[in-house]
Amino acid sequence: MLKLLWLVPAIPFAGALVLAVLGARMSHKRVTVVGVGTVAASAFISILIATVFLSAPPASGMYTQTLWTWIDVGSFRPQIAFYLDALSLVMMLVVTFVSFLIHLYSAEFMRTDEGYSRFFAYMNLFVACMVTLLLADNLLLLYLGWEGVGLCSYLLIGFWYQDPVNGLAGRKAFIVTRVGDTAMAIGLFLLFHSLGTLRIQDLLHTAQVQWSTGSAYAIAAAALLLGGAVGKSAQLPLQTWLPDAMAGPTPTSALIHAATMVTAGVYLIARTHVLFELAPPVQFAVAAIGAATLLMAGFSALTQNDIKRVLAYSTVSQIGYMFLALGVGAWGAAIFHFMTHAFFKALLFLAAGIIIEALHHEHDIFRMGGLRKELPVAFWTFLIAGCSLAGLPLITAGYYSKDLILWSAGSSAAGSTVLWAAGIAGVVLTSLYTFRLIFLVFFGPVRTPVTKQPGLAMTIPVCVLAVLSIVGGFDKVPFARFIATALPTLPEAVGGITETLSSIVAALAFLCGLLGAWFVYQRNPALATAMVENPAGRVLHRFWFSDWGMDWLYHRLFVRPVVWIARVNKADVVDSIYVGLASLATFCYRVLSLTETGKLRWYAAWIAGGTVAFVAIVMFL
Amino acid sequence: MELVPLREGFMLAGVLFALGLIGMLVRRNLIFTLMSIEVMLNAAGLAFVVAGARWGQPDGQVIFLFILAMAATEVSVGLALALELYRQYKSLDTDVISRMKG
Amino acid sequence: MTIVFYVAGAVAILSTALMITRLHAVHALLYLIVSLLAVSVVFYTLGAPFIAALEVIVYAGAIMVLFVFVVMLLNLGERAAQAERALLKPSMWAGPSVLAVILVGEFLYLLAKSSGGSSGTAMMGPREVGASLFGPYLIGVELASILLLGGLVGAYHLGSRNPSNPEVR
Repeated sequence: MLKLLWLVPAIPFAGALVLAVLGARMSHKRVTVVGVGTVAASAFISILIATVFLSAPPASGMYTQTLWTWIDVGSFRPQIAFYLDALSLVMMLVVTFVSFLIHLYSAEFMRTDEGYSRFFAYMNLFVACMVTLLLADNLLLLYLGWEGVGLCSYLLIGFWYQDPVNGLAGRKAFIVTRVGDTAMAIGLFLLFHSLGTLRIQDLLHTAQVQWSTGSAYAIAAAALLLGGAVGKSAQLPLQTWLPDAMAGPTPTSALIHAATMVTAGVYLIARTHVLFELAPPVQFAVAAIGAATLLMAGFSALTQNDIKRVLAYSTVSQIGYMFLALGVGAWGAAIFHFMTHAFFKALLFLAAGIIIEALHHEHDIFRMGGLRKELPVAFWTFLIAGCSLAGLPLITAGYYSKDLILWSAGSSAAGSTVLWAAGIAGVVLTSLYTFRLIFLVFFGPVRTPVTKQPGLAMTIPVCVLAVLSIVGGFDKVPFARFIATALPTLPEAVGGITETLSSIVAALAFLCGLLGAWFVYQRNPALATAMVENPAGRVLHRFWFSDWGMDWLYHRLFVRPVVWIARVNKADVVDSIYVGLASLATFCYRVLSLTETGKLRWYAAWIAGGTVAFVAIVMFL
Repeated sequence: MELVPLREGFMLAGVLFALGLIGMLVRRNLIFTLMSIEVMLNAAGLAFVVAGARWGQPDGQVIFLFILAMAATEVSVGLALALELYRQYKSLDTDVISRMKG
Repeated sequence: MTIVFYVAGAVAILSTALMITRLHAVHALLYLIVSLLAVSVVFYTLGAPFIAALEVIVYAGAIMVLFVFVVMLLNLGERAAQAERALLKPSMWAGPSVLAVILVGEFLYLLAKSSGGSSGTAMMGPREVGASLFGPYLIGVELASILLLGGLVGAYHLGSRNPSNPEVR
């Protein structure tokens, strides 16, 4: 049964090919069957494999399936091979299942779009690349999947390409993640050069043997890989692309920019955890980046008025939590949070999609309201997901995962109270902006009327995800035990913050945020406007609204100089060599054409001259 | 029969050839050009005959005969062309027929 | 015989030089005929009487006559001579003269390096030439005849005129 592993990425890939080549000529129903069916098959096979793996785990907890040797040059022999252990199994399962639900949802959401088959082709390709990334046995294949998902992200963000804004957003996403990808590529070069292999398990083993903790190589390699992860997961300083990526269709945002692609960085760090353990400064940097990002994005989310942008910043913030967990060594906790986050964030986006569709493409939350009665499905699912996101104690999945991270941050050897406090502050912010969103969208007077209700294909996925958002956290202990077969567990607690204390404070933080949001947006709406009108408030609002001015900074720092250079070099200095060659040839041509006078005597003279010269050469040489 | 020094013979041929060459390069009248060509052909043939006389074989003369035949052909065709040139351009100046310029 | 050779050679060179500097076509032709006759004498001194005769008969007799006919046909009169005078400037002679002098100089250099020698005593008359023509050089004869045929056809075609339209052939 485990031999079917290769089908999981292969079937969506085949689906993508079929849709790309034949999609324009296929009927709508056939496209749906192919597009959704491939991912359904993939999810089904994943579940089968998971059942087998869990019931009868293979020896040493891992399974490798080699397909063929990809490149064979000297000592460099990466293969197309898939590696299944607890980590990749969990991620593959979550990715394929959530992808299936989202594909089902988009069958209805994108029904009237004229790029229907193109959409499913891109989405299928994305799933194939993502699964390749997760199952990759060596870093080169992982990088292939990495680039593949980046490509699909670009294609899907700019899906409605007729509007240039979407194309620009896609380009921005691609270029910003490219910066990270370049760092990662250099990291791969470094790793291969010093360790001689890119096969992940061999690499980690060799690194442990060859590099001492804190050696320069380890720090460099880990830092470069971190660069790649930061780019793909939209953390500081490369987080500017994710809010703009909301220009894509909502199912895309749900799938790529909430549940799966942006967690690729988390996966990378978890997979190569040995390297990060060998480089404590870099690991601390991971935690610091995570903490800083979660706070920054939290503040930014407070000020947004586009529903999808709030959720985008929320994603950035939650991935910051995952990075925080990775940074303090709580590898399992980070993956646990990934799983619960995938459920509730995808649900949030899908529910938002229902709202957007129902309100005829209205994104502004200040123009929504009172949808509690109008869209009950959306309301209840959104509420469940929002509570899970904010961490409603005991009955939501998000609470368990976030709690675990907070406690690990506060109590582990690499953690500190500062990180814990940052995490708690993040809980307040999360709760605040989540309930702000809920109160503004679902309560209060109806500002935009509802034009249509969602159909079955959109209702079923959101309901399933809602159930998962509640029960997903109950398996915390078995999950931890399972994931410990692949990732190291956290050493015993050392800090003064016990688990109970952390939980209570977190619960209090949640309540704080809830009450704050209720007070400002429900009870006393005028207060919100007053806070923004206040001069200090206005500055803060603008600052946080523009993502702490990072777009402006990057524009000044990078975009302007490059554009200036491009403008100055319009005639292209390098090109002038080739143009020069061409004009030299033209010049010679013009000079030589002067000899063609058309006059008989001149030609005869040239012949005579040539003869004289020739005879002279023969005579004297 | 006294002997003729070969060096002078060849020199004569060379000088005649050079004179023909000058004539061809300088004169613009097509008739003169053709005449200069005849001079050059004659000089070449003279060289052949001189060489044949050196070896005491008739081969040089035979080759001169062929040159003669060729000169006759060339002259007839050339003069026909000269007539045609005069008809079309009303002038025998070879510099006039420079449409292949450039 | 050697003196005859030198005198005939000098006449040939002189008349050729005069030929290329004449303005009037017919004058030049007459000088050319003199040059050809002188060369014919040179041939005789070299022991090639047959070729000497042929030079006079064919070259001076047929080819030059053809030239004369064409010149007369074109009726190049005094006006053409005036035009020629205008065209022939002394400066025009410089370039070609230099070229020719260099060529002759190279030739003289080559000759100086050679061993020298003189022509044989035998008179190779028509008998020897004819035997050679019918023997080893038979194919040359055939080729020459084809060449003459080609020239004949070409000259006829080029020279003929469509009576109705003077320009079209």
